[in-house]
Amino acid sequence: MTPSSSVEADRSLHLRVRALAGHRAVWPVVALLLIFAIDGVVSPGFFHIRVVEGRLFGNLIDILYRAVPTAVVALGMAVVIGTKGIDLSVGSVIAICGAVITWRIHAGDPHWLILLSALGVGVLCGLWNGFLVAVLDIQPIIATLILMVSGRGIGLMINLLYGGTNPSFNSPLLQGLSVGHIGLVPTRLILGVAIFAALWLLIRRTALGLFLEAVGGNSPAANLAGVDARLVKYAAYLICGLCAAWSGVILAADTHTSDPVSIGLYIELDAILAVVIGGGSLSGGRIYLGMTILGALVIQTLTTSILTSGLPPEYNLVVKAVVVLIVLLLQSNNLRGALYAGFARKTG
Amino acid sequence: MQILKWLGCAAVGATMFFAGSSAFAVTIGFSQVGDEGDWRPAFSKDMQEEAKKEGIDLKFADAQGKEEEQLKAVRSFIAQKVDAIIIAPVVTTGWDQVLAEAKKAGIPVFLADRDVDVADKSLFVTRISADFNLEGRLAGAWLAQASKGNCNIVELQGTVGSAPAIERKKGFEAVISLFPNMKIVKTQSGNFTTDGGKQVMEAFIKSTDNLKGICGVFAHNDNMQLGAIQAMKEAGLKPGKDFLMVSVDYVPAEKEALAAGDANASVELRSAIGKYIYPVVTDYLKDKKDLPKWIVIPSDLHTAATPAN
Amino acid sequence: MTARIEMIGVSKEFPAVRALERVNFRVASGEVHALMGENGAGKSTLIKIMTGALGSDEGEIRLDGRPVEISSPGHARALGIGAVYQEVNLVPTMSVTKNLTLGRQPRRFGLISWREARDRACEKLERLKVDIDVERPLGSYSVAVQQLIAIARALEDDTRVLVLDEPTASLDANETELLFQVVRDLKHRGLAIVFITHFIDQVYEISDRISVLRNGRLVGAGATADLPRLKLISLMLGRELKRTEERLAAAPGASEGPVVLSAEGLGKRRTMAPFDLSLRAGEVVGLSGLLGSGRTEVAKLIFGATRPDSGHLEVSGERMTAHSPRQSLRRGMAFCPEDRKAEGILAELTVRENIILALQTKMGWLRLLRQNEQEKLAEEMIRALGIATPDADKPVGQLSGGNQQKVMLARALVSDPRILILDEPTRGIDVGAHAEIVSLIRKLSAEGLALLVASSELDELIAVSDRIAVLRDRRKVGEIARNDITRENIIGTIASARS
Repeated sequence: MTPSSSVEADRSLHLRVRALAGHRAVWPVVALLLIFAIDGVVSPGFFHIRVVEGRLFGNLIDILYRAVPTAVVALGMAVVIGTKGIDLSVGSVIAICGAVITWRIHAGDPHWLILLSALGVGVLCGLWNGFLVAVLDIQPIIATLILMVSGRGIGLMINLLYGGTNPSFNSPLLQGLSVGHIGLVPTRLILGVAIFAALWLLIRRTALGLFLEAVGGNSPAANLAGVDARLVKYAAYLICGLCAAWSGVILAADTHTSDPVSIGLYIELDAILAVVIGGGSLSGGRIYLGMTILGALVIQTLTTSILTSGLPPEYNLVVKAVVVLIVLLLQSNNLRGALYAGFARKTG
Repeated sequence: MQILKWLGCAAVGATMFFAGSSAFAVTIGFSQVGDEGDWRPAFSKDMQEEAKKEGIDLKFADAQGKEEEQLKAVRSFIAQKVDAIIIAPVVTTGWDQVLAEAKKAGIPVFLADRDVDVADKSLFVTRISADFNLEGRLAGAWLAQASKGNCNIVELQGTVGSAPAIERKKGFEAVISLFPNMKIVKTQSGNFTTDGGKQVMEAFIKSTDNLKGICGVFAHNDNMQLGAIQAMKEAGLKPGKDFLMVSVDYVPAEKEALAAGDANASVELRSAIGKYIYPVVTDYLKDKKDLPKWIVIPSDLHTAATPAN
Repeated sequence: MTARIEMIGVSKEFPAVRALERVNFRVASGEVHALMGENGAGKSTLIKIMTGALGSDEGEIRLDGRPVEISSPGHARALGIGAVYQEVNLVPTMSVTKNLTLGRQPRRFGLISWREARDRACEKLERLKVDIDVERPLGSYSVAVQQLIAIARALEDDTRVLVLDEPTASLDANETELLFQVVRDLKHRGLAIVFITHFIDQVYEISDRISVLRNGRLVGAGATADLPRLKLISLMLGRELKRTEERLAAAPGASEGPVVLSAEGLGKRRTMAPFDLSLRAGEVVGLSGLLGSGRTEVAKLIFGATRPDSGHLEVSGERMTAHSPRQSLRRGMAFCPEDRKAEGILAELTVRENIILALQTKMGWLRLLRQNEQEKLAEEMIRALGIATPDADKPVGQLSGGNQQKVMLARALVSDPRILILDEPTRGIDVGAHAEIVSLIRKLSAEGLALLVASSELDELIAVSDRIAVLRDRRKVGEIARNDITRENIIGTIASARS
């Protein structure tokens, strides 16, 4: 090979590396692999999967299993963020759902009806947020803050409806959805995939996704192009509320108890983080469902890894913050450009 | 005119008389933190019921978790010239001034539950509360006995940095350190929640190859223990049989778990503590004898053998 | 008499354009001087240099005969040059006092003295003979009063020059009169006042002298009395020597097609006086007038982007009951807005998605256009309009301005309209693309489409229109039929005295 052609090959390699580095999925995947690599060193047998009690069992399964509630909430969040909105109330919606489930079980309703009631709660909460944002035109962060602050209190009040001293329950149906398994696979994982598929079809196989992104990208322009921004925003908050309600069912049935104070605490932050790690921008205009799942997996992998690592609990939040910061910095085009320039100078 | 005035006095006197014993009983002001969680409302309820039983005129003030509300309540107690004030403090600092005001008015102050940080310890009579450290020691002692001093333990800590988490851990470790074959092999925070306990236990099960070589689980509260029990059962393990399960709180769900044999022991965090607090206060009002600065409410350890309630 | 402020041979160049070329501008004490010009004439650049927001490349500024270097807006204020801009730069939720003293609060022992601030605010308003409660929030007063408060804020004891940039844009007749009283009063006190407006009538009502800019040059200046309307408007519009003025051959019978749209008394208070307008299939109707005369407003009222509060609109013989872009699209209208950044493109979405958006909203959300149909439509449009993009899946935000304009045109065309409304279709487009779009307009009308084209360029309108509606000061002042469309006629209609 002549020197000049080697330089050329080198340059084309640089370009290819650069193009690859620019793809949305690269950095979250790199982060995921890095965390796994560290896990492999720190905790031998981290990747071991076997069958216990007729189901798959292992850290990797745990990550998928535990990521489901956050991922489902994050999907709804991605839709709302796509419209340049945000929904801070998802944790509170989960708390209300948990309380409603426990209350109705104590009241003796049939369990399929309770499942529908819980989802109904999500729809109501979504309509409420949608009303504040789309009709009253309140800024989304303020509008959803209202339910975020009041929601857990509503949950506590619902707990009082049946005394609330021992808010645990038994429900074969709901627990089956949450902690059961179909064949070797956890049910919630299968249902989570189904929700993802349904949402993907709704967003990408109808024009709803285009309208959501149009409203988020440039609302006046979308309006002039005939998009009914109000209806579209309603739809976004409705979807988000429904997703949160499903998470509420999973989480409440997981521990089969209603604890409105702690259930799904800070899940809104994890969900927003998942969307952002997945390349979503808070300024709206784009919805990346698959990337959001990837973001949720990064977060849960991190959490599970910290728990298995034997790290003193005092460091949990610090480690999480540092890793998330690194992922987000790598996502930043500016920083990557600067790093790449520095690297090129050194090697070139 | 004179007659009218006299009649008025008589009416007031009669009302006071017919109001019954309360007119002559002690009046106590009680400033409570708020009504967060399960424990605190139960504590408030017990204080009110116990006061009724004892014939105490209790003035109850809920500070809704706010320091300034609490200071306001204490000052209003002083203005009402109550016989004694009981404070369950929202925060530990900032008490010097208002306690000095109470002292000047000649009203003794008692602390329930949390401590306060004042330079002059004579500003309050005593603090009456449970001892988190003792709870940890009791749990440790039970585990030492049950395992005959041979036990690898996994620990579910409470919220990092909270007083009960710190003290229960300290007390527990103080006891097990006496036994060379007892040690904590895994510890993580489950944030005092069921979900947290469950997630942490799931991770422990994987990282210890199904809790191989583990004999006991110590959780800083029942909620986390209940979550851990769920995780263990889902992994096909037998908590309560193959593993010694000890925790703190003794909530209703834990009683059920004890009865079912899924858990082995729980140290009771009493909410019915009026019966410990009021006698201290009324005795002091009678003879003004100096008391130690901390009166510990005894902690009981319950096992499946202990009858519920 | 020496001028109060004098700008001599001022030039300014920006990367792509020469904004000002050796412009002379002088305003005497006690004079209201109207600064006129169409979009891009250089008015705002000149004002920015005068008020220190921009530096000049060459030239000199003299204040009362002394040369000065104005280095910043703060420096300009210190020299006694105050300015009030079109959008009131005040905080509506704060009190009048705070608005008047913000950034220069009187301090006592390092703390703001609100009593003194209030006194100072009252004093400032007294100068303008405005008597209001200074403790109430600014937003609780009418736009006119807010405008006066903005002037009060700009006026210091030693103000010598006051720039008023479109102060009357959102005022009605009475409010304008109130403002003019204040302006006359200030003039009598010897201030030099620079007045910028799009309202020709107001120029003749208030100004003493006029300077006209076009394409960065001073093309005329003189006493208002010596400059008839016709002359003024000719100066402002100028003449594009490069481009042919020849009209393209219109399709025969263009004005005999069926009426597809007719507006009767359509209007909105403070936006556009009620007007009548009809549009036939195969016809191009131009909307002509100076900047701010109401071209965009007419287009938006007809499309329903602005909701009218009077009159009604019939489309294909059916009366519109609700006015919204959605309804209009369903009735076969399409609209290409002027401000493509704010109202046109969806920067994050791809060229393809931008192009099919209007068609998709017409079809509803359930029936998504199939991927291959979308690609086919996008490819067709990219080819037909010559949109320069590597592929249809590039985000529109990454295209050049001219190509973004074409994408918007493509969006309107793909929705298969019978009535197409174009607001400044050639803004920011190079000469070649310009000609393409003009011939495209003719082609579309030949195919039976009814077009309403609003444009600031006379030549463009003359080239494409079968009929021209002429607007002035937010009202329709005339209509010129096909054979009478000439430059002189249009200018004459704009200049015609108030009807």
